[in-house]
Amino acid sequence: MPERVAIVGVGFSDLRSCTPGVSYKEMMFEAATRAYHDAGVDPRKDVHSFVCVSEDFWEGTSIFDEYVPDQLGAALRPVQTITGDGIQALCCAAMLIRTGTARVVVVEGHSKYSDMRTPHHIQQFAMDPILNRPLGAHANLVAGLEMSRYLYESGNTREQCAMVVAKNRHQALLNPLAAYGARITPDDVLAAPPTFFPLGELDAARPADGCFVMVLAAESAVRDMAGQPVWIAGYGWCTDAPSLESREWGEAAYARLAAEQAYRMAGIASPLRDLDFAELDDAFSYKELQHMEALRLCRPGEAGEWVEDGVTRLDGEFPVNPSGGSLGVGHLLEATGLHRVYETVLQLRGEAGPRQVPGARRGLAQSWRHVPTTTGAVIILERE
Amino acid sequence: MSVKITHWPGTSLSSADFAEGRVLTVRGGVKAEYAWDAGVAIGRYLEELKRGRLVARRCDGCRRVLVPPRMFCEECFRPTDAWVRLADTGTVQTFSISYVRWDMVRLTEPEIPAVIAIDGASPGYGILHLLGEVDPKEVRVGMRVKAVWKDPAERRGAITDIRYWAPIREGG
Ligand SMILES: [Zn+2]
Repeated sequence: MPERVAIVGVGFSDLRSCTPGVSYKEMMFEAATRAYHDAGVDPRKDVHSFVCVSEDFWEGTSIFDEYVPDQLGAALRPVQTITGDGIQALCCAAMLIRTGTARVVVVEGHSKYSDMRTPHHIQQFAMDPILNRPLGAHANLVAGLEMSRYLYESGNTREQCAMVVAKNRHQALLNPLAAYGARITPDDVLAAPPTFFPLGELDAARPADGCFVMVLAAESAVRDMAGQPVWIAGYGWCTDAPSLESREWGEAAYARLAAEQAYRMAGIASPLRDLDFAELDDAFSYKELQHMEALRLCRPGEAGEWVEDGVTRLDGEFPVNPSGGSLGVGHLLEATGLHRVYETVLQLRGEAGPRQVPGARRGLAQSWRHVPTTTGAVIILERE
Repeated sequence: MSVKITHWPGTSLSSADFAEGRVLTVRGGVKAEYAWDAGVAIGRYLEELKRGRLVARRCDGCRRVLVPPRMFCEECFRPTDAWVRLADTGTVQTFSISYVRWDMVRLTEPEIPAVIAIDGASPGYGILHLLGEVDPKEVRVGMRVKAVWKDPAERRGAITDIRYWAPIREGG
């Protein structure tokens, strides 16, 4: 029987729209120092393996994974980097522990988005070079196409999507980490300049810089740790067919299947009854609604009414994105999922301050790898 | 072709077929530009190069002097403690003689990249740079060298503010 795995330490660097004063290495050192202090571990003695998540084109250095050890205390230790989202890196770390390969594992993900001078070119470079790129479309067009079909199939509206933006940016005002907290109304969102209809400028999360580091431990190692453990109850991840010509445009099937895997592992039959809150991907406004439905938190087509009725507000019956989500906090490239897990850990420890979900015992964090991908991951955390 | 095979199946293509448009092609590239933030440690390192000086960071945990400087010690995993000024002299740790440039262009005059341990830094800490004023045949591991700087007006806070490192002649 594999050992249970807990997150025993979390650390962050301040999230900002730009961070000209520090290098990515200094940002990682800051987040790592906080995480190790939180867990009460010395990375040079107590950590057996390190898992990072990064993408060479975001960093501007090929084979970027070679540059990570020093600032994590990982020199001359087992280190690996995966591509994907930070939650996939957490899954990788959990598997290292469950297979008995390591007892204490560190996970790191960061965004130094502001280092990129041509981010839109790099994003477009992710499109198919023969069939899609010659049309000259921006990668966010993929979100516009998806939003159109999703609204058509679900019956949800642009107005309800605008309410998601207002809710999340408003909730972010309670989060000291958040870069984009604001008091805006759904009308402000609808009045913003259109980008890729039905998307407008305010429907898309804006990028931010920042880093998250987490310490994971096997149950048998947890008693030596200072931090309050938050247990990993289940996880899953999934990638749909990539083709823009024939993909599933209405439903987030990747999210549904990733969640089913995680629910099975955690023994969750009714997500709404068995979870107290969720941090869901909201890289674009409609994504929060689409993901609520994919994760069976509500029935298909019901998510819009929920946001309209305030069910998913911090003081509602089922808070979604108490952190403020990507819309309020900022999009952090691969570190986006780790931010969602960070918020989930704080909520379960009862350390979320003014945005605390009262009595939270079990929470879910979900990520999507942004356009043009169809990859998502889900992790379920609980306190003892 | 080979002894056994005189005719490969399929259609052979020449570069003229591509140049003259007889082959369907799609051209693509990426405009990938970055403005990397140097950070506290490397930012100061470059600023000092502009002033004709080499600096390092000292770690009071392991008492090492680290160059290029960093704000954290990778061995102790703690913040480093102080700036230390170094000499602009050092010892060749290893070298190569490059007859080919980074883009595979053959050089008529070879270059001599070397790793130089800088005096005042901990053993093994130094700079990757070029050697100059020396016959490639004369270069040895252990050779003593000194930085040859660009004129102050030409320096821009870059690793190339040092032109190259030249041998320290005995008695000179
Ligand atoms: Zn040290």
